[in-house]
Amino acid sequence: MVTVTAPQGATPHLEVRDLTIHYKQFAALENVSLEVRQNEIFGIIGPANAGKTSLLKAINRMDLFDSSMRVEGQILFNGINTRKVRNVYGLRRQIGVVFPLPVGLPLSVYDNVALAPRLAGTKNRSDLDVIVERCLRRAALWDEVKDRLMALGSLLSGGQQQRLTIARALSQEPQMLMLDEFSIAVDPVTTMRIEDVLKELKKEVSIILVTNLVQQARRLADRTAFFLDGKCIETAVTEDLFTGAVQDQRTRDYVEGRFG
Amino acid sequence: MEQNQAQSPSPPLDTRFDRLNSDWYFDKLAQVLMFIGGISVIVFIIGIFVFVSIEGFGFLAGKFEFSEFFFSPDWRPTSQTKETYGLLALMAGTASVTGFAMLVAVPFSLGAAIYIAEFSSGKKREFLKVTIELLAAIPSVVWGFIGLTIMNPLIIQIFHVPVGLNILNAGIILGLMAAPIMTSIAEDALKAVPDRYREAAEAMGATRWQMIYKVILPAAKNGLLGAILLGVGRGFGETMAVLMATGHSINLPTSVFDSVRALTATIAAELGETAVGSDHYQALFAIGIFLFAVTFVINLVADLIVRGVRKG
Amino acid sequence: MFSATSLNRKNDRNETAVRWLLGGMTGLLVLPVVVILSVLVYKGGPVISFEFLFTTPTKGMTAGGIFPALLGTVLLVICALLASVPFGIAAAIYLSEYAPDNWLTRVINLAIINLAGVPSIVHALFGLGAFVVFFRFGTSILAASLTLAIMTLPVVIVATRESLQSVPHAFREACWNMGATRWQTIRRIILPNAVTGILTGVILEVCRTAGETAPILFTGAAFFLPLLPQSVFDQTMALSLHLFVVSTQVPNMPEGVPYGVALVLIAMVLIMNSLSIALRMYLRGRKKW
Repeated sequence: MVTVTAPQGATPHLEVRDLTIHYKQFAALENVSLEVRQNEIFGIIGPANAGKTSLLKAINRMDLFDSSMRVEGQILFNGINTRKVRNVYGLRRQIGVVFPLPVGLPLSVYDNVALAPRLAGTKNRSDLDVIVERCLRRAALWDEVKDRLMALGSLLSGGQQQRLTIARALSQEPQMLMLDEFSIAVDPVTTMRIEDVLKELKKEVSIILVTNLVQQARRLADRTAFFLDGKCIETAVTEDLFTGAVQDQRTRDYVEGRFG
Repeated sequence: MEQNQAQSPSPPLDTRFDRLNSDWYFDKLAQVLMFIGGISVIVFIIGIFVFVSIEGFGFLAGKFEFSEFFFSPDWRPTSQTKETYGLLALMAGTASVTGFAMLVAVPFSLGAAIYIAEFSSGKKREFLKVTIELLAAIPSVVWGFIGLTIMNPLIIQIFHVPVGLNILNAGIILGLMAAPIMTSIAEDALKAVPDRYREAAEAMGATRWQMIYKVILPAAKNGLLGAILLGVGRGFGETMAVLMATGHSINLPTSVFDSVRALTATIAAELGETAVGSDHYQALFAIGIFLFAVTFVINLVADLIVRGVRKG
Repeated sequence: MFSATSLNRKNDRNETAVRWLLGGMTGLLVLPVVVILSVLVYKGGPVISFEFLFTTPTKGMTAGGIFPALLGTVLLVICALLASVPFGIAAAIYLSEYAPDNWLTRVINLAIINLAGVPSIVHALFGLGAFVVFFRFGTSILAASLTLAIMTLPVVIVATRESLQSVPHAFREACWNMGATRWQTIRRIILPNAVTGILTGVILEVCRTAGETAPILFTGAAFFLPLLPQSVFDQTMALSLHLFVVSTQVPNMPEGVPYGVALVLIAMVLIMNSLSIALRMYLRGRKKW
């Protein structure tokens, strides 16, 4: 296993050390180590059941709500071991997540985006207005919904709901954004728009992009890790994956579409 | 890549998020309160057992004789010469009424469940389900009143018997009372049989009835059994309706036209006239312990059977 | 060829016979509701009047109205709800949102089933032993309504738990991912979307509470009281017990009165129940996700 280490002096934003995840007896992830640097898009590719989603769940401590999930190893976020974190809610506020299937909460579009800031204590209406507009703009949804902010978010189209989910994930100004195969339920045009959004967002947050589309990783990710059967086969600068400058034959096969 | 790192200098790492704030404490408080709510149910059921046992304990430690309590038909707690506390006649009363009720309720509620689950759909199904639900909502004292005022003269007229308040009357009333719950649980059990069973049977050319009889009923067997058991529990524990419709006379019945008296009805009728702490009072609580124990077992078994279905 | 057709015809005939038989059985179950309602309306209807509903009984309950009983039932229901709804909703939230799949949860579920299955007369004994004697509330509205509250607790718990669980799990995860605490998620997303279902359960509980007789027999309901209750430590009359009293305990009762009482009681219960069914159907028809 090869890990591209961070240059001296730059502290990694997120560091995963020897992470192993079990569901009952089944090992979903084994001894994975990687690091995500600040303001990069870190791609994770690999076929189904490679343990990609489990990794994301472990990072923002969703394992607490899944009694069958057992996590060993360390995950350091901003240098704090998240396995030992006391206030997981504070941790999750720093890490926005977008899961494959869009979830529009049964609230108005406005309330969907304003929910997290409200929970965090922002009461002032004009402050909220600013946040809502900013997040919807950043998620490339503002122009489509600005005239119906009071419509139910759960009744928007799939693509719109996915962008709403992204807007919601951004609403609390997270330091890191994790996207899990966000384009599954989204049409190609919307996918391209979201990809443009991500390139912009990179300036402000670090992004982990789990994707089943190798070309998407190529378009977006600075570095990419290849996962297979619960193991991190290797991590490399993305372009190297596609020019064949990788060490493992399986990575080459997957990238070239020979399996997966 | 190297360039990229250089361009954006790392902001200072923020570790303040790990502080415990008021939201966190409030969340813990809410969790504790909800937990108390959940635990309260256990406290209540234990409380019921404990308080009924405390009041009945004096009798169990004193006047109670096992063979008399369970095998003597003589319930004479207020006798001047010698009080006797035999439950046999009362148990026979409860058993005969519950048994007759099941004779009525089992075929009808299973029939209705099959009809609703397999032979009806849309508006008709909705209508039947709502009506059955309304049937379940009729209070037991109203059922007793119906037994008293409608069934009683009807039975006297049809069967030419002197008294219409008897096993037949209470059995029919109790059957109608138990039927809705049995129907709805049985229907759930039938609905829980996977559609592929139906498709497989249809593909083999079975008629609808053959399919129900050979495939659906065996597959839903446990759920149906659970439904029947719950119906038995319902009938066993029913109070006001049997108090009003059985005739309330102590009797070892020999025919359905005999009046009987039920365990539950005895408590309801006599407890008001006893002094707190007296032998009679304590004996009635001892009956309560017996009722609690029997229904506890019935519900437990029914639950195990029904849940066995869902797992399998 | 011929034999096959004959078999088909026989099967068709059987099929029709079975359908009619089962339909008939269902009909015989449904029929009593109609018959009972018609008889009660026919015989009790003429008795119902403004005086009947809003005056006190006179002449040994053979004349006058049923107001104290009506009021008593309303008071009992209100007090019972105040006691049981908070516990019931808390228990349902615990079971639906917090409870891990362990032995304790199984014991709680078992307790709920048994609470619902214990005979009402045993609840009455419990109320007498615990609230009237041990806690010294005496035979009072308080003791009676607490007894009713515990007895009907499962109704609220089951209905609430069901409506909480009908809120998709994805909503919870979406909230948790934003850093909402469990309680914030419940408060902001789950409860608002389950509230109609919870209301259905509460209405059902009102029905049960209003109709029960045995549990209040020795804990707080009286056959006849000249005065209306002044506090929760007073006894009260109740509609359900009043029906029992006027139909079995009072000689020379005019025939219409018990029918009138029964009609009022059953109308109350069925109207509430229909309301709950209507609410449930409205809920099913409404699309929010």
